[in-house]
Amino acid sequence: MDHLVSEILRGQNLTCIRGDKVIFCDLSFDIPVGRALILNGANGSGKSSLMKIIAGLLPAQNGEIFYGSHKDTDQNILGDKDWISRNICYLAHKNGLKPEMTVAENLTFWANMEHHEGDIRAEAKKIGVDHCLDLPVCYLSSGQARRAALTRVLCHPGRIWLLDEPTVGLDIIGVELLCGLMNDHLARGGSILAATHIQLGIDADKSTTLNMSDFSYSASSRLKDNQEESLLC
Amino acid sequence: MLKLALLIIARDLRLSMRHGSATTMVMGFFVMVVIMFPFAIGPEQKILERISVGVIWVAALLSCLLSLDRMFQTDYEDGSLDQFILSPVPLELVVLAKCIAHWLTTSLPLIVITPILGIMMNLPEAAFLPLILTMLLGTPALSFIGGIGASVTVTLRRGGILLSLLILPLYIPVLIFGSLAVKAAIGGYPAMEHLMLLSGFSLFSAAIAPWAAAAAIRAGLE
Repeated sequence: MDHLVSEILRGQNLTCIRGDKVIFCDLSFDIPVGRALILNGANGSGKSSLMKIIAGLLPAQNGEIFYGSHKDTDQNILGDKDWISRNICYLAHKNGLKPEMTVAENLTFWANMEHHEGDIRAEAKKIGVDHCLDLPVCYLSSGQARRAALTRVLCHPGRIWLLDEPTVGLDIIGVELLCGLMNDHLARGGSILAATHIQLGIDADKSTTLNMSDFSYSASSRLKDNQEESLLC
Repeated sequence: MLKLALLIIARDLRLSMRHGSATTMVMGFFVMVVIMFPFAIGPEQKILERISVGVIWVAALLSCLLSLDRMFQTDYEDGSLDQFILSPVPLELVVLAKCIAHWLTTSLPLIVITPILGIMMNLPEAAFLPLILTMLLGTPALSFIGGIGASVTVTLRRGGILLSLLILPLYIPVLIFGSLAVKAAIGGYPAMEHLMLLSGFSLFSAAIAPWAAAAAIRAGLE
């Protein structure tokens, strides 16, 4: 059974510099199929930047991202827009929903844009917003809007979920529902990269935690000094 | 592809209808600017007749600018722009569709009320049809070039004024050939070459705007 050889999303030696500040450097990670990687770390430690790099929204200063089941045949997917749009579903801080349109109109629009497969009403029921489908997004509470945005993730055909603080605004029941859905997604052979400040409650044997502070370049000024020195030389 | 573009246009039209005020305000601004001129210059019919074409064209350019800065800004603010970039839809197609939607929600209503303003400005009878025709041919360029400007300033918090400074000089060819064509028609000269240059400019801007604006958006988001 060849296809059971697990495929891995692998980041190698990624460095992110924004402005003249090194956000993180030499960061490597592995996300095998069916597993979740939880990003921990203080505000500003680069969780969102890492996700944006994987999603191709930010360039990485250094490093590569591969996907595949074998090191020799792995595909470099850094900035490969086609691959990313087919395989990655990214939920940012912002919900990406138009306040003037109803939840259903928003979700139908993105279903057409991103070739969703799931039934919107059924998926919305799973996260508990099916009763809001015909309301304009501007009438929703922030938690309900977040649930609506999560419905888009549930419908998305991509197997790799990048969730940037998915639980912001969610109540306790919402977090539990989301956790259950994330476990379901892992069980179906998806993988998840989630940045969060709370315990999501994903099965311990399926998740790994990555602490962003391990990759911070605490002496980031050193790089600048070096550069200045080399300029002086 | 075409279906996706139509969906984006339909979405923007729907947003503009729900939002309501944007199109009405642009039309109101257009009317107000044109009305200011008789007040400032006096009701002398000869003078009004002479400046009418130019005034209507300039007012249309300025009104068009009003709604430009929101073209990508709202999508940037609520995160839709990131989603567009990540979706399988080429960003160039998104830009093209949004420029067309901008034309439909801004320039087309202006063209519709132009005849009324023409009466107000004592526009010669022979100039009504040529003016509408030149506006139909020329205003797409305003939306497309404006789209480039809007994409450059999308991440700036107060990009509106910079946008005007960037874009207005590029609108000058539209203004020149638009009013020349109408004047030629009034005077009974052939206006064909002006009309062809005008439509050529619109087509040229339609051809480069999607690529230029998409590149600017990608660079701006980094």
